[in-house]
Amino acid sequence: MAEHKRPTNQEEVDANFAQLHPLMNTSEAYYESSRCLYCYDAPCVQACPSDIDIPLFIRQINNQNLKGSAKTIYESNYFGNVCGKVCPTEVLCEGACVHNHQSVKPIEIGRLQSYATTKAIKKDSKLFTPAKSNGKKVAVIGAGPAGISCACELRLHGYEVDIFEAKDQPSGLSLYGCAPYKITNQEILEEMAYLQKQFDFNIKYDSPIRTAEQLKRLESQYDAIFLGIGLGDTSSIRLKGEDMENCVGATEFIEQVKLDPLSVKVGKKVIVIGGGNTAMDAASECARLGAEQVILAYRRDKEAMRAYDFEYDLAKNVGVQGWFNLQPLEFLGTDTIEGVRFIRTMIENGNAKGIPDSEFNESCDLLILATGQNKQVDFLQKISDMKWDKKGRIEIDPESRQTSNPKYFAGGDAANGGAEVVNASAEGKAAAKGIHTFLN
Amino acid sequence: MPDLSINFAGIKAPNPFWLASAPPTNTGYQIMKAFDAGWGGAVWKTLGVPVVNVSSRYAAVNHKGHRMVGFNNIELITDRPLADNLREIEEVKKYFPDHAVIASLMVETRDEWHQIVKDAENAGADGLELNFGCPHGMCERGMGSAVGQEPNVLRTIVEWVMEVATKPVIVKLTPNITDVTLPAIAAKEGGANAISLINTIQSVIGVNLDSLVPYPVVDGASTNGGYCGPAVKPIALNMVKNCAQIPDYNLPISGIGGIENWRDAAEHILLGASSVQICTAVMHYGFGIIRDLKSGLEGYMEEKGFETINDMVGKALPQTKTWENLNLKYKVVASIDEDKCIGCQLCYTACDDGAHQAIGLVGDGDSRKPYIIDENCVGCNLCSLVCPVEECITMERRDDGKEHITWKERSDNDDVPTTFNDDRAGGKGHWVPQPTDALKKK
Ligand SMILES: Cc1cc2nc3c(=O)[nH]c(=O)nc-3n(C[C@H](O)[C@H](O)[C@H](O)COP(=O)(O)OP(=O)(O)OC[C@H]3O[C@@H](n4cnc5c(N)ncnc54)[C@H](O)[C@@H]3O)c2cc1C
Ligand SMILES: Cc1cc2nc3c(=O)[nH]c(=O)nc-3n(C[C@H](O)[C@H](O)[C@H](O)COP(=O)(O)O)c2cc1C
Ligand code: SF4
Ligand code: SF4
Ligand code: SF4
Repeated sequence: MAEHKRPTNQEEVDANFAQLHPLMNTSEAYYESSRCLYCYDAPCVQACPSDIDIPLFIRQINNQNLKGSAKTIYESNYFGNVCGKVCPTEVLCEGACVHNHQSVKPIEIGRLQSYATTKAIKKDSKLFTPAKSNGKKVAVIGAGPAGISCACELRLHGYEVDIFEAKDQPSGLSLYGCAPYKITNQEILEEMAYLQKQFDFNIKYDSPIRTAEQLKRLESQYDAIFLGIGLGDTSSIRLKGEDMENCVGATEFIEQVKLDPLSVKVGKKVIVIGGGNTAMDAASECARLGAEQVILAYRRDKEAMRAYDFEYDLAKNVGVQGWFNLQPLEFLGTDTIEGVRFIRTMIENGNAKGIPDSEFNESCDLLILATGQNKQVDFLQKISDMKWDKKGRIEIDPESRQTSNPKYFAGGDAANGGAEVVNASAEGKAAAKGIHTFLN
Repeated sequence: MPDLSINFAGIKAPNPFWLASAPPTNTGYQIMKAFDAGWGGAVWKTLGVPVVNVSSRYAAVNHKGHRMVGFNNIELITDRPLADNLREIEEVKKYFPDHAVIASLMVETRDEWHQIVKDAENAGADGLELNFGCPHGMCERGMGSAVGQEPNVLRTIVEWVMEVATKPVIVKLTPNITDVTLPAIAAKEGGANAISLINTIQSVIGVNLDSLVPYPVVDGASTNGGYCGPAVKPIALNMVKNCAQIPDYNLPISGIGGIENWRDAAEHILLGASSVQICTAVMHYGFGIIRDLKSGLEGYMEEKGFETINDMVGKALPQTKTWENLNLKYKVVASIDEDKCIGCQLCYTACDDGAHQAIGLVGDGDSRKPYIIDENCVGCNLCSLVCPVEECITMERRDDGKEHITWKERSDNDDVPTTFNDDRAGGKGHWVPQPTDALKKK
C-alpha cells in the first residue's frame, strides 16, 4: 500500500512534502552551534564548493551575531538559504566534518546556514550595497543560480547588469527542479527577492535569447555576456512511444510538480527509468503524490547508480521499489503507454548486456524518463567561435571562466555538465571576477 | 562603518584587540602572523631575568562537552634570549609600523629596570607593560604578583621606570589581592600612563585521583598555577569596573581576562576598558578568532550607534551601582511559556530544592509542565537560568515602575528593619512549607 494518499488540496500537498530540513529554532541553533569545534583549516570548508567560512558563521550564530553570520555566508555564496536546504551536505560539508571520525553526529551545517540566512531575509537585513556605477554593462543569459550569482557579484563592482530569462520566475532549477520536500517555492522566491533588492540588477522575464541576431545585438550593447543557461530538456532514449501523453521527461514532470502539484496525475502505477538523483526525486515525488506502486528501473546494479545513497534511501522510505539490471526494450500500447517490455541485464566488460530469454512485460499508468538532460548545443552553435567538449559542456578557462569567444563567460550546469546549485552559484561568482579582470 | 581604531594612552592601533603577553606572543613569527590575520596589537611575552621552564606546564577545566572553560599554567616569563626578542620586535615594527607592539617587562633592580626599558624602546616598542601579576614561580623570587600585592613596592618600581621611559607605560595588575584599586592607585601615583588587568588568578586546577598529584604534573609533583580563560571573565569584569570607578582616576584601562568572543570584549569595553587583551582563546583556537571579534564588535557598534571605541568605553558604568543604591520596589516574577516548555522540570527542582518553593507541578496527568506560584516567587532568576530552552522562562515586571526607594534612602530616613520581627524585614510573611512536608512522598 502506498505511504501517501493522493493530495486533494494544498494542505495535503504540504503534508506529503513535509520539509526534510525544517528551520531550526533558537535553542536548536544554540546547541548545535555550540558543538562546532572551530577547526583550523576546516575540512568542512574544503568540502564546500563555495568556500563558505563555516566555523566562522557557526561561531557567529553561537555568539548571537546573526547578521554577521549571514554576511559570512552570503559573502561566499549568494544562494545561502537555498544551498543550506538543497545541498547534498552528506557528501559535502557535513560528510567532511571531523566529528564523523569519532562517530559523533556531524554538525548540521546546512540547517545552521539556513537558520542564519533566513533570519537575515525575514528581517530584510541590509548586508551589501552595490558599488557606484563604473559605466560598464554586462548581459547575463539565464536567471538560474549561476546567472544570479554572477549578477550579484558584478553589481558589487559597479556593473550595470541585465538578466535575460526565458521563464517568468528567477532561480532556474532551484525553483523548477529541486525537490519540494527540500525547500518550498516561497523560501526560494523570498531569497531571490532579498538578493534583487540589495543588488538591484534587472531581470527581464519571458525573454529567451534564441537567435543569432539577438546575440549579435547583445554583443554590441554589452561589454561582456555571461552564459548561465543550464541544460536543456530530457534526452531521448530512442524508443518508439516516447511521445505518448503518459510518457514524460523527469525534469518536465518535476517542473509541473513544483509549479502545480494538484494538476499532476500519476495514476496507480509508475515506472521511472534512470539511476541518477533526478530519477530518485521523480520517483519520490510520484509516491508522495499518491501512486500506489512506483518502480525505479535501472540498467545496472544498485552500486552503479549515480544517485547518492541518501537520495535512494529517501525514495525507498516513501515506498519506491528499486528494480535493477533492467533495460527497456519497447514501450507497450498504441495511444497511451500501457507498460514497458524489459530485458534483464548483466555486466560484461563494463557494459550492460541483455540476458537472452529474460524479457518480461510490466504494466504502468505513467512512464517517467530520467535519462539525463540534453545540452544546449543548438544554442551555442549560434555564437561565433564558441567551443564545447564532446559532452556538450562549454569550454572555459577554469580560472577566469572565459569561453573561446572572449566576450562570453560561462558557469553552472552549462559549463560543468550538470552539478548542484552550490557549484553553479560559486561558478557564477567566479565568472563575475573573471569579467571584472577582463574589463579592467 | 564604525571606526575600530584606538589611541590607548598614546599607543595607536588599528583596533582594540591585542594579544596578551603570553605564549601567543612568544615570537616575532607569531605576532606577524597575528597582525596579518587582523589583530591590532600585541604585548610581547614578558622579557626580563633569565628563567628555566618546566615540562609540563598547562592544565584545564573541561565542563560537560566543552574543553578549556578554565585554563591554568605554571609557565614563567620568556625563556628566549633577550637579544633575540629585541631583534624580532624591531623586525615586526618594520613590517607593521601601524600596529601596536608593547614590550612586557619584569626585572628586579633599579638598574635592571632602567636598562630593559631602554632596550625595549630602542628596539622600537610602542609602549611598555610592567608585569606585576605573575602569581607563580616569579613571585617566589620577589617579582610578579609579589610586587602587585604591595602597592608601596609597586609605586617605587613604577617611579624607577618613569625616570627613563619615553614611551607610554602600562602597569599590569594581579587579581590576587583583596582590593585591586590600591595597586591601581599606586600605579598612577608612580606616574604610569595606563593599567591593564587581570593577570592570572592563583589556582590548583585539580588532582589526578590515581596518582594523587595535582595538575599539571611535573615528575610526580605539581604547584599552584595561574588561572585564566572563559571562567575568569566575571572576576576580570568586576576588577576592570572597580578601577574604572576610582574617582578622578582617568588612566586608560586595558581589559584582560576570559575574552573569547566579541560579546566578552564588548562587556570589558562597556565597563571601562579602552583596549582588550586575549590569551587563552588564542591558545585554544588560534589567531583566526579575530574575524569574529572584529565583525561582531563592528556589527554591535553599528546597531547601537557607537562610531568609535571611545564612544563605547564605560557606557555600562553609570548603571553599575553599589547594592545600597538599587531600587527595592522593583519586582519581577518568573513566567513559563508553556508552548516552549519541554517538561524537564529542572526549574521545579531548582526552585523547590535550591530557592523559594515557588514552582508547582500539575497533578499526575500527562503534562509535565510546571507552573509558577506567583505569591512565592521572589524573582531570583534561578529557574530562568537553569531552563534549557531559549526564551522559555522569562522574568516579568510586576511593580508599576512608579515607586523607587533604595536601602540607602531608607537608612537615611531611618526606615530600615532593626529586628527580625520588624514588619519592615524582608523575608517576614514569606510563605514557606512546613519542615515535615519534605517527608511526604508524592
Ligand atoms: C530534478 C532536479 C533536482 C535537483 N535537485 C537538486 C538538489 O536537491 N540540490 C542541488 O544542489 N541541486 C539540484 N539540482 C541541480 C541544480 O538545480 C542545478 O545544478 C542548478 O540549478 C544549475 O544552475 P544553473 O544556473 O547553471 O542553471 P539552471 O538552474 O538550469 O538555470 C538556467 C536558467 O537559464 C534559463 N535559460 C536557459 N536558456 C536560456 C536562453 N536561451 N535565454 C534565456 N534564458 C535561458 C532557464 O530558463 C533557467 O532559468 C537538481 C536538478 C534537477 C533537474
Ligand atoms: C601560559 C600562559 C603564560 C602567560 N604568561 C604571561 C607572561 O609572561 N606575562 C604576563 O604579563 N602575563 C602572562 N599570562 C597572563 C595572560 O597575559 C593574561 O593576563 C591571562 O591569561 C588572562 O587572559 P585570558 O583569560 O584571555 O587568558 C600568561 C597566561 C598563560 C595562560
Ligand atoms: S569540521 Fe565540523 S567541527 Fe570542524 S569546523 Fe567544520 S563543522 Fe565545525
Ligand atoms: S602543543 Fe605543541 S609543544 Fe605543546 S605538547 Fe603539544 S606538540 Fe608539544
Ligand atoms: S526548566 Fe524550562 S523546559 Fe524544563 S520544565 Fe521548567 S520551564 Fe519547562
